[in-house]
Amino acid sequence: MARMKFLCDADRCIECNACVTACKNEHEVPWGINRRRVVTIDDGKPGERSVSMACMHCTDAPCAAVCPVNCIYTTADGVVLHSKDLCIGCGYCFYACPFGAPQYPQVGNFGSRGKMDKCTFCAGGPEADGSREEYEKYGANRLAEGKLPLCAEMCSTKSLLAGDGEIIAQIYKERVMKRGYGSGAWGWKTAYRETIES
Amino acid sequence: MASFARSIRLIAGAWALLLILTASAPSIAQQSQINPTASSVRERQLLQEFDRIQGRVSIPDQRSSVLIQPAGREWREFRTVALRWVGGIAILGMLAVLVIFYLRRGMVRLEAGRSGRTIVRFTTFERFVHWMTATCFIVLAISGLNITFGRPLLLPLIGHEAFSEWSQWAKYAHNYLSFPFTIGVVLIFLMWIAGNIPNKVDVDWVKRGGGIVGRDHPPAYRFNAGQKAIYWIVVIGGGLVAATGYELMFPFYLSGIEGMQFAQMVHATVALLFMAVMLAHIYIGTIGMEGAFEAMGSGTVDVNWAREHHSLWLEEENARAEANARPRPAVTAAE
Ligand code: HEM
Ligand code: SF4
Ligand code: SF4
Repeated sequence: MARMKFLCDADRCIECNACVTACKNEHEVPWGINRRRVVTIDDGKPGERSVSMACMHCTDAPCAAVCPVNCIYTTADGVVLHSKDLCIGCGYCFYACPFGAPQYPQVGNFGSRGKMDKCTFCAGGPEADGSREEYEKYGANRLAEGKLPLCAEMCSTKSLLAGDGEIIAQIYKERVMKRGYGSGAWGWKTAYRETIES
Repeated sequence: MASFARSIRLIAGAWALLLILTASAPSIAQQSQINPTASSVRERQLLQEFDRIQGRVSIPDQRSSVLIQPAGREWREFRTVALRWVGGIAILGMLAVLVIFYLRRGMVRLEAGRSGRTIVRFTTFERFVHWMTATCFIVLAISGLNITFGRPLLLPLIGHEAFSEWSQWAKYAHNYLSFPFTIGVVLIFLMWIAGNIPNKVDVDWVKRGGGIVGRDHPPAYRFNAGQKAIYWIVVIGGGLVAATGYELMFPFYLSGIEGMQFAQMVHATVALLFMAVMLAHIYIGTIGMEGAFEAMGSGTVDVNWAREHHSLWLEEENARAEANARPRPAVTAAE
């Protein structure tokens, strides 16, 4: 079974934000929420780098460990999904997540949180694959159709890679070998407790 | 001839130049192949320097500019391990202590029995505030315990759907009852502050083990040292729990994510210890001491109870009653 991961090659990202837009459109993501975002570090200084970040689908996911109603689970593909029917919007997964992935639509007064929303690795939720309910709650289920996440698929520089962890790590390693440099796979140490030597 | 020689020189010169150029070309190329990552930001280095990596985002949500904040890992450890141990030990430990104490000491009886005469201890308003705060506290405590311990203890028993349904309601209760609870704590603070300033009498009271641990009845004003401790725990603990609770309820109004992690740690720890202390308070107010419950129940206590547990307060009250009553008898006596 594959172990799905994301990898962002910061030396290639041109901060075009196409992944952010594609994701919002593909899943009809609720107003005010961005499942993916591009963060530029040291903006305007020599050596600035941009990193496209969403849920990393962590190994031993911290969000799942702290959820008081245990509604976050890891699929056989290593994708971290959750049930919006069970979520009570407590915000704990958001405190635990190292990547700021979980977000909440604001419902009612005083900032009370609605059901948590986050990147699904284009794998929907617990509902039947490709069903209408699944689409309404979590967005498209591309994985069930044999496709990879749209953000990585349409990335023009192929900075963002999605797929089986071993394969994308291999692609990245080859790149680094060929071009002679690489600033590493951002977030891998925190999410997967491993890095790619570069 | 001269022109021939000149052209030879020219060709030779051109050759030489070409040779030099080709010879030096690799070194020029080497210099131009700079490593673009030499000066670039590096994740490992940034994480060593700062506790999180932050940058700039072009989407409106500026909070998403935090790229990585590994502190969530430590918070997770606290939340799933440390908190459960601290809370479990505090609450079960307190329950065990109270059960053992009750078995050994039983209810602390009124030594002189009941006199049949009563004296007002708490007004209707005071009792209303007490019970409003207490009711809110119990609901807040049960719904809070559900967040801390529900997943390992209750979820396996009732299943996912039922547990989520109940937790959702418990969360609403926790969020909404926080308001009357906070008002109650503020009113308690204002209403009873006068009687709760520690003084010399308290030192003696503590040395003699108070009315429940010790066997005698050290003098006390309206509130003894034990009650003063409860008062300050309610005021300070309640204040802390309310402040941190609102920080969690209104995300990002007061602080970023690290502030909310800290607020949760304070909220949960203080709340669980608070519950342990309140168990002792409830114990003394009900089965622990004869005649104590009436103070908050009907608002009056037996005069003998007042004499045994709050002798100085009773004297004060009597003196005040006499001062109010004296002018009339004095006038009649003069006539
Ligand atoms: C006074 C105002 C209070 C406010 C605004 C407040 C707010 C909150 C919030 C927002 C949470 C996060 C979970 C959720 O959304 O349900 C929480 C958790 C919790 N609260 Fe409160 N609360 C208050 C008072 C109390 C009191 C008086 C107690 C205890 C008697 C208490 C005990 C707890 C506990 C145990 C948790 C779960 C902590 C954990 O396991 O992480 N709270 N509270
Ligand atoms: S990135 Fe955050 S939300 Fe995604 S699996 Fe990891 S902890 Fe959970
Ligand atoms: S917000 Fe929802 S998914 Fe996140 S920890 Fe709370 S209940 Fe679980």
